Amino acid sequence: MAIVYQKSKGLTDAELHYCPGCTHGIVHKLVAEALEELGVLGTTIGVAPVGCSVFAYNYFNCDMHEAAHGRAPAVATAIKRVSAPGTTVFTYQGDGDLAAIGTAEVIHAGMRGEKITTIFINNAIYGMTGGQMAPTTLVGQKATTAPLGRQQDHYGSPIRMSEIISTLEGAAYVARVCVTDIGNLNKAKKAIKKAFQMQMEGKGYTFVEVLACCPTNWGKTPAASVEWLKENMIPYFPLGVYKDVDAEVK
Amino acid sequence: MTNEIMIAGFGGQGVMAIGKTLAEAGMKEGKAVSWLPSYGPEMRGGTANCCVVISEDEIICPIVLEPTELIAMNLPSLLKFEPTVVKGGTIFVNSSIISEKVSRDDVRAIYVPCLDIANELGNAKVANMVMLGAYIEAMGNLGTETIKEMLVHMFTGPKAKLVDLNIEALRRGAACVK
Amino acid sequence: MEKELWKGNEAVAEAAIRAGCKYFFGYPITPQNEIPEYLSLHLPKIGGCFLQAESEVAAINMIYGAAGCGVRVMTSSSSPGISLKQEGITYMCGAELPAVIVNMMRGGPGLGTIQPAQGDYFQATRGGGNGDYRHLVYAPATIQEAADYVQIAFDVADQYRNPVMVVADGMIGQMMEAIEWRELPKRELPEKTWATTGTKGERKPNVINSLYIDPNLCAEHNERLAAKYKAMEENEVRWEEVNTEDCEILFVAYGTPSRVTKAAIKLLEKEGIKAGLFRPITLWPFPAKQLKATASQPTVKAVIDFELSMGQMIDDVKIALEGCRPVSFVGKAGGVVPTPAEVASAAKAAIGR
Repeated sequence: MAIVYQKSKGLTDAELHYCPGCTHGIVHKLVAEALEELGVLGTTIGVAPVGCSVFAYNYFNCDMHEAAHGRAPAVATAIKRVSAPGTTVFTYQGDGDLAAIGTAEVIHAGMRGEKITTIFINNAIYGMTGGQMAPTTLVGQKATTAPLGRQQDHYGSPIRMSEIISTLEGAAYVARVCVTDIGNLNKAKKAIKKAFQMQMEGKGYTFVEVLACCPTNWGKTPAASVEWLKENMIPYFPLGVYKDVDAEVK
Repeated sequence: MTNEIMIAGFGGQGVMAIGKTLAEAGMKEGKAVSWLPSYGPEMRGGTANCCVVISEDEIICPIVLEPTELIAMNLPSLLKFEPTVVKGGTIFVNSSIISEKVSRDDVRAIYVPCLDIANELGNAKVANMVMLGAYIEAMGNLGTETIKEMLVHMFTGPKAKLVDLNIEALRRGAACVK
Repeated sequence: MEKELWKGNEAVAEAAIRAGCKYFFGYPITPQNEIPEYLSLHLPKIGGCFLQAESEVAAINMIYGAAGCGVRVMTSSSSPGISLKQEGITYMCGAELPAVIVNMMRGGPGLGTIQPAQGDYFQATRGGGNGDYRHLVYAPATIQEAADYVQIAFDVADQYRNPVMVVADGMIGQMMEAIEWRELPKRELPEKTWATTGTKGERKPNVINSLYIDPNLCAEHNERLAAKYKAMEENEVRWEEVNTEDCEILFVAYGTPSRVTKAAIKLLEKEGIKAGLFRPITLWPFPAKQLKATASQPTVKAVIDFELSMGQMIDDVKIALEGCRPVSFVGKAGGVVPTPAEVASAAKAAIGR
């Protein structure tokens, strides 16, 4: 019988612990497929964050580090600097990890043009700790630490990381994608693969932000979450390629 | 025999360099040495000092509180450290810019117009070497030959011409000691 | 070997290179800046990497990343910067990563002063980070020892898969002394099969991690670590004794105060008082048994703990002595070094003279 689909070799057999409707599983798969297709699994070192994807080191079938909260870009910087040439290095981080406690680390890794790739999962909420407000939580969006919704006069407006990273000279590729449907999923896969490819070519820092659903903490069904993401997150966090040094050359 | 030397002056007068040269020369002659700088905002200008210990035996403590010799390159240094010098100690005064005399009569005072001499030699930067020449002549604890050898190693290539200038500075400094 | 004149901080940096360290990540702070400055010049020449990080927090996490890849790596800082590094230190102990961390201590608390102090004793020996962890702490008192113990620290770190800290006060960082670059005894070191170097498709992934979400597994992990720390306590204690035989007064001091103490001992000798010095070289593990044995001599009337702090090591001295001798304290914090005369008079007061 012809094989029409099989799990990527980039993933282990460990059972994922993510909630139903969570986007992490899909993005793990895309990252694993990209690494497998590029043939670099055996020379890749990944860095897992603190947050819902803290156990990512159990799921990716390559050498992994578990970093302290927010520090993945610093850990990855050193890994890349001390490892054999041709080693692929990535960080996988959520919005609390990357856009709050780890803002300095990610900005400076980008500034230095570290030849690493960051996969940034933006679901506008702290997932693992139980739905607290994130720096990317939308104005008016409820969180366990913002019971009346995020108030702009108290917390300001959500931070747009792709836009910020794209201003850095050291960034080679910055894109914001989502995986709400097959079309967008394919675009996301392409962006992730391109980010790794550009890292391998030594172009600079590459960054892919994935808008993600958190049905559990949003208090919605998986299907309703997808609709909420499209209606609320995409208008504030527009999809697209924010920087591509390859395109600039052409 | 242990020399505990306090060297003090403005930043830029080569205070640290006098100390380092003394310490290195002592080491080359097989003695135990230490060099301890004051550090902090004063490093960026203002007054600076360093303590050097040169000893036949193990150095017990590198901190010099009661120097056997004081090299005062400016007036504030003389005023501050003169009272700390041990009885029977020696004070070297940069008399080019310090018009005051050493007020104590239980110490030996040696006046060295090191900046004037350096200017006569055509290079104000060697003032500290003039002072060093006076120190070595007066104390007799280090050989001039050792310093000369160090200078030959220090100034090579296009800087080799500075060797003779520095040796002359040492000699002129030594001549100030009566 | 011919003697060379080296500044403490530069000797520490050169010692790291001689120990095979090719990587350094740090952040500027006085009084240790000559360490990163020296390495920024020399590491690129040997194919290594010096990187000035955006913060001490980032720097220590870079050390974590590099150590996880199996390379020898070092960071250095001074007191407030070491506070920021505590996160990475506990993670490295948890993930069992070898690295060398140098603290050229200055006065505190807070920004304090840049002058020499020893107020980080508790932080170094008890750990400023979370959890039950330990790491060796070497406290050199001369530039020669600083150069030696930085090299030893790399071997010990690799042997136990654990970070090692070298602490000195700013004075040792700033001063120059004549030293020899000598061949140090070699240790049998285990191969780093756990390092993340890429699976090459030939082995299961290696994971550098300190997370054990199952409490039973986390408890086991802590038992394993505790056994390792016990081995360090049994095998790695270092100390020096000067003039302690039949002494009347026993000083306990490390780093710069130990040198001031030697001068105080000379002063007391002139007055017919026999004083000795017990100098811990490892602050953790603390040489407790050895100190008690020396202090228990019938001649010892008083034990004087001398520190550049308001009294931190004195806790370990008291624990070690188990009440067998009275312990008094002399010391200053905030960057002021007591004189030999002050130390001697504190000793005399302790024996009622």
